[in-house]
Amino acid sequence: MTANIDINVEKAEKNLLDGRRLNLKWIALFVALGLTVPFLFDGYTVFQATMVVIYAIAILGLNLLTGFNGQFSLGHSAFYAIGAYTAAVLVNQLDFPVYVTIPLGGVVCFVAGFLFGLPALRLEGLYLALATFALAVAVPQILKSSHLEGLTGGVQGLDLFRPSVPEFIPLNMDQWWYLIAFGIMLLLFWGAWNLINSRSGRAMMAIRDNPIAARSMGINTSLYKSLTFGVSAFYTGIAGALGAIIVEFVAPDSFTFQLSILLFIGLVVGGTGTIWGAVFGGMFILLVPNFAEQISTGLSYAVFGVILILVIYVMPSGFAGLVNLLLSRLRKLR
Amino acid sequence: MDLFLQQILTGLANGSIYACLALAVVMIYQAIDHFNFAQGEMAMFSTYICWTMISVGVPYWLAFFLTIAISFAGGVAIERLIFKPIHNAPVLSHIIVFIGLLAIFNSMAGAIWDHTIKTFPSPFPDGSFQGLIGMHEVGMFFVTLIMLACIFCFFRYTRIGMAMQAAAANPESAELVGIRVSWMLALGWGLAAAIGAVAGMMIAPIVFLDPNMMLGILLYGFAAAIVGGISNPGGAVAGGFLVGIIENLAGTYLPAIGSELKLTVALVLIVTVLLFKPNGLFGKSIVTRV
Repeated sequence: MTANIDINVEKAEKNLLDGRRLNLKWIALFVALGLTVPFLFDGYTVFQATMVVIYAIAILGLNLLTGFNGQFSLGHSAFYAIGAYTAAVLVNQLDFPVYVTIPLGGVVCFVAGFLFGLPALRLEGLYLALATFALAVAVPQILKSSHLEGLTGGVQGLDLFRPSVPEFIPLNMDQWWYLIAFGIMLLLFWGAWNLINSRSGRAMMAIRDNPIAARSMGINTSLYKSLTFGVSAFYTGIAGALGAIIVEFVAPDSFTFQLSILLFIGLVVGGTGTIWGAVFGGMFILLVPNFAEQISTGLSYAVFGVILILVIYVMPSGFAGLVNLLLSRLRKLR
Repeated sequence: MDLFLQQILTGLANGSIYACLALAVVMIYQAIDHFNFAQGEMAMFSTYICWTMISVGVPYWLAFFLTIAISFAGGVAIERLIFKPIHNAPVLSHIIVFIGLLAIFNSMAGAIWDHTIKTFPSPFPDGSFQGLIGMHEVGMFFVTLIMLACIFCFFRYTRIGMAMQAAAANPESAELVGIRVSWMLALGWGLAAAIGAVAGMMIAPIVFLDPNMMLGILLYGFAAAIVGGISNPGGAVAGGFLVGIIENLAGTYLPAIGSELKLTVALVLIVTVLLFKPNGLFGKSIVTRV
């Protein structure tokens, strides 16, 4: 009898680990594919691939908040904007080296996110969605405001120029910046994976699954919630700073509520509560508008909307969930 | 003093629109416990339908009431077709579908009627009342008041209105006494869509018709619902008028805000109220039981 129980426990532990162990084979394949992209395609495609990477980082940030902590944000365009403007203002007005502004964009967003998360703590899911919705709608107007024009360039926005590739590296501009973005993405994904599998990550998920139970087990829910908000904003801020550097330009109208919708769509289609889903999400929101425009111009958001609703009906765990399902079916067949 | 009075009156007129949207938001919130983020886009779409009818020669008031009827049917259809199947799904699914609807309506309006700004006729005479406030604003105010009175009577004195309240307050018990709760939800959606349509048609002559016209106004609608208390329709209406007045006074008397930071006023209002009085000025507090 005891032996039986022991075996069961061992089996359960093994299953638990299986879900959490890094699958090195797949990761190696992913990294190899990612590294070959800049050498196979032309400059414009590489630029688009860079944008996919940037969106993936932003979506991962949103996923940490929504997928792993159960808080909603419709306001991540605001944090993307803060990251982008931090980079642009530092480079354009204060002559900071471009590379330094990427982490700084993240840090500024962490602080902004943490501070915005503090009052938001008192708010349940929907109220938070509402407060962040208000933030997303208000931010473009704040950026355009004449009081900040000296800093933000008002409606015109700001230029910034990225430095050229170091001379000893035989790469062109697009390739070099793609590789930098890709490297940052891998680093951030690794960080997210570690966070999720740590004590803090388990606390985050416990709050998502049952806030009252989590609190009675001694988890400081308010602290974890606002920290998660900060970390989520940090990721999105880094994406924003990178995005500003890649596009070499920021303007208030690039960061409207539509960007929030876009990130949200990427999150849902990629798969909430999965780390790698963010990459699928990034690809989706960059590629689908191209296809949708071919069917009918101006209808890309309608296509997005229909796909969003369909995802809810047919694959609620998103693309990553679908892939996982197929993989486990394949394994059973063998 | 004239300026002050003028700002108060304009605030009341704009506030009546926010009150309409807040009421629509509260209506759906009471039925399904969610904020409808697509409320503004639904209202915008209804307004375009009305515009099309007027531009092919339908008289204004006929078009007005036809639009209300179409919006009501549309709202019911949305609940039946899209929300009924996911009634028990988690909050996230509902938010996703709201965002999906928002994107669909916004994009469809752009594709069907293109993005150029259109003028929308006002049914009220030109000119102004005592030189203080335009006749359209006065008309808008009274249309809203009449509509609110109708809705109040509907909930207070009709059988079906009472049934809707019962279904929202306690679905299980309502079901047991023979109320068809799921149809009451659909009715709630229909009413919300119709109220939104009135708000859209009344504000369109002021802000002009374009697919993105409702985003900022919806934000004020939400602010009104939050200020007044999301659980209280009367409070939401009061919140609408209050928010309209605050918006206008802040825009006029605080030089730092002017007309260019008005959306920030809504943001600050929402966050402040949620921080210090989460249930709004007239709301009931809700206790969670384990």
